[in-house]
Amino acid sequence: MPDSIDIPPVVVTATVNGERVSRAVEPRMNLVDFLREELELTGSHIGCEHGVCGACTVRVDGTIVRGCLMLAVQADGAEVLTIEGLSESGEIADLQENFKTRNAAQCGFCTPGMLMTAAELLAENPGAGRTEIRQHISGNFCRCTGYQAIVDAIEETGRNRGEK
Amino acid sequence: MADSPVVTVHDRPNSYIGRSVPRPNVQRLLHGRGTFTDDIKLPRMVHAAYLRSPFAHADIKSINADAAKAAPGVAGVFTGKEIAELCEPWVGVLSHLEGMRSPPQYPMAIDRARWQGEPVVAVVAETRAQAEDAVELVEVDWAELPAACDMTAALDADAPVIHEEYGNNLCWERIVDEGDVDAAFDQAAVVVEDEFTFGRHTGVTLEPRAIISSWDPSEEQLTVYMSTQGPHMLQAIFAKHFGLEEHRVRVICKDVGGAFGIKVHTYGDEIATAALTMLLKRPVKFIPDRMESFTADIHARHHTIKARMAVAEDGKILAIDFDDLTGIGPYSMYPRSSGIEINQVLNLTGGPYTIENYRARGRVVFQNKPLMCQYRAVGHPIATAMQEALVDHAAQALGMDVVEIREKNLVPDDAYPTKSITGMPFDKLSHHAAKDKLLGMVDYAGLRADQEKARESGIYRGIGFACMIEVTSPSPMFYGVGGAPISAQDGVTLRLDAKGNLIVASGVTEQGQGAEAVLSQVAATAVGVTPDKIKIITGDTEITPYGGGTWASRGTGIAGEAAAQAGHALRDQVLEVAGIMLQSEPRKLDIRDNAVVDADTGNERISLAEVGRVVYYRADTLPKDYQSELIATRHHVPKKFPFAFTNGIHCSHVEVDVDTGVVKLLNYWVVEDCGTVINPLLVEEQVRGGVIQGIGGALYEECLYSDEGQLLNGNLADYLVPMAAEMPDIQVGHVTSPNSDSELGAKGAGEGGTGGAPAAILNAVNDALLPLGARLTVNPMTPERVLRALGKTE
Amino acid sequence: MKPAPFNYAKPSSVDEAISLLDGDATLLAGGQSLVATLNMRLSAPDLLVDINGLEELSGISVDGGTVRIGALTRHRELERSEVIAAQAPLIAEAVPLIAHPAIRNRGTVGGSIAFADPAAELPACLLALDGAVEIAGSGGRRKVGAGEFFRGLYDTALEDGELITAIEVPAAAGNQRFAVEEVARRHGDYGMAGVMASVTVNGETVEAARLVYIAAGGTPMLAEGAGAALAGNAIDEASIGAAQSALEGDLDPFDDMNSTAATKLHLARVMTERALKRIAGA
Repeated sequence: MPDSIDIPPVVVTATVNGERVSRAVEPRMNLVDFLREELELTGSHIGCEHGVCGACTVRVDGTIVRGCLMLAVQADGAEVLTIEGLSESGEIADLQENFKTRNAAQCGFCTPGMLMTAAELLAENPGAGRTEIRQHISGNFCRCTGYQAIVDAIEETGRNRGEK
Repeated sequence: MADSPVVTVHDRPNSYIGRSVPRPNVQRLLHGRGTFTDDIKLPRMVHAAYLRSPFAHADIKSINADAAKAAPGVAGVFTGKEIAELCEPWVGVLSHLEGMRSPPQYPMAIDRARWQGEPVVAVVAETRAQAEDAVELVEVDWAELPAACDMTAALDADAPVIHEEYGNNLCWERIVDEGDVDAAFDQAAVVVEDEFTFGRHTGVTLEPRAIISSWDPSEEQLTVYMSTQGPHMLQAIFAKHFGLEEHRVRVICKDVGGAFGIKVHTYGDEIATAALTMLLKRPVKFIPDRMESFTADIHARHHTIKARMAVAEDGKILAIDFDDLTGIGPYSMYPRSSGIEINQVLNLTGGPYTIENYRARGRVVFQNKPLMCQYRAVGHPIATAMQEALVDHAAQALGMDVVEIREKNLVPDDAYPTKSITGMPFDKLSHHAAKDKLLGMVDYAGLRADQEKARESGIYRGIGFACMIEVTSPSPMFYGVGGAPISAQDGVTLRLDAKGNLIVASGVTEQGQGAEAVLSQVAATAVGVTPDKIKIITGDTEITPYGGGTWASRGTGIAGEAAAQAGHALRDQVLEVAGIMLQSEPRKLDIRDNAVVDADTGNERISLAEVGRVVYYRADTLPKDYQSELIATRHHVPKKFPFAFTNGIHCSHVEVDVDTGVVKLLNYWVVEDCGTVINPLLVEEQVRGGVIQGIGGALYEECLYSDEGQLLNGNLADYLVPMAAEMPDIQVGHVTSPNSDSELGAKGAGEGGTGGAPAAILNAVNDALLPLGARLTVNPMTPERVLRALGKTE
Repeated sequence: MKPAPFNYAKPSSVDEAISLLDGDATLLAGGQSLVATLNMRLSAPDLLVDINGLEELSGISVDGGTVRIGALTRHRELERSEVIAAQAPLIAEAVPLIAHPAIRNRGTVGGSIAFADPAAELPACLLALDGAVEIAGSGGRRKVGAGEFFRGLYDTALEDGELITAIEVPAAAGNQRFAVEEVARRHGDYGMAGVMASVTVNGETVEAARLVYIAAGGTPMLAEGAGAALAGNAIDEASIGAAQSALEGDLDPFDDMNSTAATKLHLARVMTERALKRIAGA
């Protein structure tokens, strides 16, 4: 392993939540650490750092990724959307409202990743049924809820979008 | 004082009790604007990482940290010995668990490490990555020792003794012997016997434990930001072991990303992190990563039990006799001890039934594995699964239906108050009503018909029931009586501000279960305001009333009641001053929807905002001999009963793929009686989440160890937690038997799901496999174990 | 945990990438396995060579009877590809079983083949379809058949300094039948057992069957004995039973945390029956 002080920082310039940002970071820094530590966007959470729990899920160039399985340097030139940006855009206001009314968030630690994942499914297939919803979110660990309220909230959002 | 008519929260107009209102504090979490401990940065903050023992049992011959100290960004490297110089060790025993022993435990290993994962060296650096880099540079000269890992073998005469002064690895033993068990077994028509094994598992809070410690040497003030369930308990512990006065320790708990009993203990790495800030005089953050969490967080549940049940011809349970053994790691956890889990098994088994003869032995042994302690539904899943599996086994032996045998033995609903054979006093339970309600939700006859039909085409479905009791809202008899700094009481302060808003502060904490929603609903109801006028403050020892925190399903039952009483007191204060302002008798006034109204007509007389304005800004307009108060604090502690027991019944419907051993969860029903339901929406998803954690234990979760005490699956890819795709929808029903120890009448609802699910699923799987002659008595029921029971693999 | 320090390079051509692979360098494609091992400090290279900018490595095309899938093609592209659905239905059926959407959005075909996890679906599909791996190195480009590519546990025909540029599989023919059967503890987990079956039929009769098993040995395991037992026969109880019996000789599973070797063999037989019955019923 090389000594960390011998490794030059790499400049990452990306558009995060619509804002162009530039930081010099260690190559080893993961995207989610970059978002949390460098940009202080703490809505994306760290639950496992090995790509399993889904708490760090963010959108990069239009698709969801694990923020812990992508390096910050790989986001150079990319469009990154975190829960903060997704919320402010209003894109998932209906989903958030249904999460609230169905009590689909308890401790809230998985919630940003869960919303990111659900948003992708709803954009692609708002008519997804419960089985499909369950499979789609099966890479997002929630320890608090019974998942049922989350499935309810996603299903309800899709149904309402379909009716519009 | 005002002499307004006595009204309980249940009589209040515009009541929010029993209403499914959304949680007031959920919005920030939905927008990524929560503040979890790891989200906090303090000026000059540095990051800790711990070198942990790679061995289950080993002597530390020497530590060379020179290279680590010289590594980039490193602020300090400290051994267990250096940390111990600042901090008194602790002993994790409770005096009421008679005979329990455990030696002094230090924050970090000093000369010897006793489990894989025990912290050994603390490294602090500018970033967590640099701290981890430096950890790799620390050289420890280890001398590996023979380890006592297997909990059963740990009591063997030739087992390595972990604490030599004790002569063996026994931590505690308790025997219960009531009635005449031998005679009952002699008279029995049927005796069934099983040997049960429950796998060791752990809590896996999605947010790991988290702490930032900050020492201000100028004021000798320790501030600790922490993801915890018990801020005041931690305050007491930090103070005691660092020799500080309690008011010199402030524990701040912001959003907590799940706890489940994992975050209510004294972890060496957290205590050491407090020592590190004192040594460095800079804030120190420590967040164990996921893999660390698997060996550093408490584990729970690992029990092996030999059990038998004596049953009469008519299905009456005559006696239960069992011998339970559990391994708790090398120390009893402080301050709750590691004896409570088995104590609960001994106390709770058989609780739903009328049983006159009962014998149980529980043994707690030291072993070289991570410490075990109280995790959600402490002891309940084990007691309930053993008891309910024996009941099903007995029914099968008698050729009796599994519902019928339960009906025969459940304590009658009109028998309360009563006591269990183990001396547990029950206020009011509703086993029969709950069972009837459940049978109204489940088409039992239809499921049985479907089961028979499916078997013809080689599809094996099963139905499993579990009746249970649950300990909630404990009195000081749980911990306080044993000498632990754990408060059974909790307080709520209500303050009306100058604009008529209600500021509510409580000693309980919010971990997502909805404590703040409950406080808001109760306070809103008791005072007469709308929930949007309420701001809740929890999780700060400096500004909230003293209390135990949130664990053992106590938040609603205890702090909820305190909120009700504080609400009455504040209402009286408001009506008193309003009476003066309005020249009316307070008892003729009421508060409804943020205004003082005529009690009879409901007509508004004056808004709360106006009351606030006058009291705070224009007290000159009030009588000179009168001093108004718009703040009230009330505390509540359970007095009539040591615990507010609740009851429930679960039903699981499964399909077992007898070729792959995979258990598919088709449906699930629960009826629970948690007394007054404050918010059905929250209670129901609590129950569901609890069931899912119980399913984890039943089907997936187990800490797998090598013979040498190495954790084999200490990551989230290999340690399997329940995920959405496999989980069933869960129907929840309620029966309401109010808690007679409080006006609110609420009991806890946080753990029953977890307590009952393993039993229901075990019975459902065995019911499915019954025609094939296979029977499982092990959790988790992995495909491997199912296939083994079916004789399809060796 | 955070990764140990490493240097980072992002080449703009395959040749540049190859030149960077000198020394203690590791190729970064989708990173869905690699970054996790870096985070766990199970791997600590001096240099990561990020090939994500090499667009020439992406994409799916059909040329004659061959489907060519660029190494940087993401799993999600396979999942959504009409070409794959029509021309490589075995892959189309297998891909949704790989992990979860956020992983499939990043994970690449080349990465999966190069990592060669014996429980992974894509290596097994490649072998079942008797495909080939296109490799570039300093000595030029070469093509290696799937049968020669997977050598042992996480060991492939890739030499130091080489990278995968694409895989090729024959387009599905009208007389070919495919089925994927897998049993996993949870949706998206690596399977405890599974078969990727490619069966060529002539009417009711099996001409050739390539049954490849995951989690049944150090590599994806082609069951030659089972294939031979099926060839020349209709798929029926007898031939299925013969194929199942042959698996003991074909497969070499080992114990892991979830199951013993014996259980895996049992499960492989169960998967065999399910796959073949589906094929026979189709």
